[in-house]
Amino acid sequence: MSATPFLVLSAILFTIGCVGVLTRRNAIVVFMCVELMLNASNLALVTFSRVNGNLDGQVAAFFVMVVAAAEVVVGLAIIMTIFRTRRSASVDDASLLKY
Amino acid sequence: MIAFWILSPIMVAAALGILFARKAVHAALLLAVVMVGLAVLYALQDAPFLFAVQIIVYTGAILMLFLFVLMLVGVDASDSVVETIKGQRLMATVVGLLFGAVVVLGVAQVSLGAVTGLAEANADGNVPGLAQLLFSRYVFAFEATSALLITAAVGAMVLAHRERLSPKQTQADLAAQRMRDYASKGLHPGPLPSPGVFARHNAVDTPALLPDGTPAEASVSRVLSARGAVRSAPATDVDRLTDSMGDGTSNRAVTRSGPRGPIDGDPSDRARPEGTEDQA
Repeated sequence: MSATPFLVLSAILFTIGCVGVLTRRNAIVVFMCVELMLNASNLALVTFSRVNGNLDGQVAAFFVMVVAAAEVVVGLAIIMTIFRTRRSASVDDASLLKY
Repeated sequence: MIAFWILSPIMVAAALGILFARKAVHAALLLAVVMVGLAVLYALQDAPFLFAVQIIVYTGAILMLFLFVLMLVGVDASDSVVETIKGQRLMATVVGLLFGAVVVLGVAQVSLGAVTGLAEANADGNVPGLAQLLFSRYVFAFEATSALLITAAVGAMVLAHRERLSPKQTQADLAAQRMRDYASKGLHPGPLPSPGVFARHNAVDTPALLPDGTPAEASVSRVLSARGAVRSAPATDVDRLTDSMGDGTSNRAVTRSGPRGPIDGDPSDRARPEGTEDQA
């Protein structure tokens, strides 16, 4: 079972996540695309773990999952707070620091 | 490898769907498809622990958190199509495609050598092997994780907590406020009118009709109007229904000749052009 197809799939998913972060306006969907990128990198880590024959890659993927969980909790709380004050979840509306 | 070739097109299609989905809920469900597919790929690559964690933590917890927040924020908070920076969407797509091409080509050209496989590392089980690493070489990272988690939990609580600035309104306060509104602005103090219950539409999305035949806006839920899901109940529908029932008490039905169809018949097959009712 070759490792290259897994890595290519991981690269494709990461790219789709990137484009999503750049193009979407809804903050929650942007966040989902960030999650997609994290997941794609996890797939690469697990694949490299299998290529190298040790479990370090899987431990790294596990840590990425823990950090992603913490990040989602704080990020969604921030989105909720912004929505509460501005009645909008669009990333374009929160531009107060610009001026 | 068969599972990989079946799953990968599905996952790429679902990931592309996240890019193009109009509604955020659809994007969340497509993300769930990608995550479950990734979990199966982990199982395929001798990572049963990560398979379980992926399904329980990602699909079970994180995605449900996303859905909760979507429901709180409002499902109709969809993306605006207007671009704030001119040509940004096109540029982002082009740059993204270039980036993807570079990464995919780069990854595809690297020769990784022979795949060692995890048979040796997983000799006494995947979970004991991971635990061995986690509590020896990565024990400080593991401890730092606990600090991160408690910081995140406290941070989320602080951010989500809202201090009540004014006292909670009781039912007596609300009633007094209604009477004040009635006295000063003449607002109706009673409950809102119920939605239209009509012979052909028996639903909350049909507004009630006022005596002059115009729909009563207040009779339909605000949420339904915001979603644009309100059905129209034009006054002519009432006339048509009265006609088709042959109501003898109605002046209009008596003065107007013409075939009378069944109640649920299509109104258009009576060959009467729209708008002639008002002139009759």
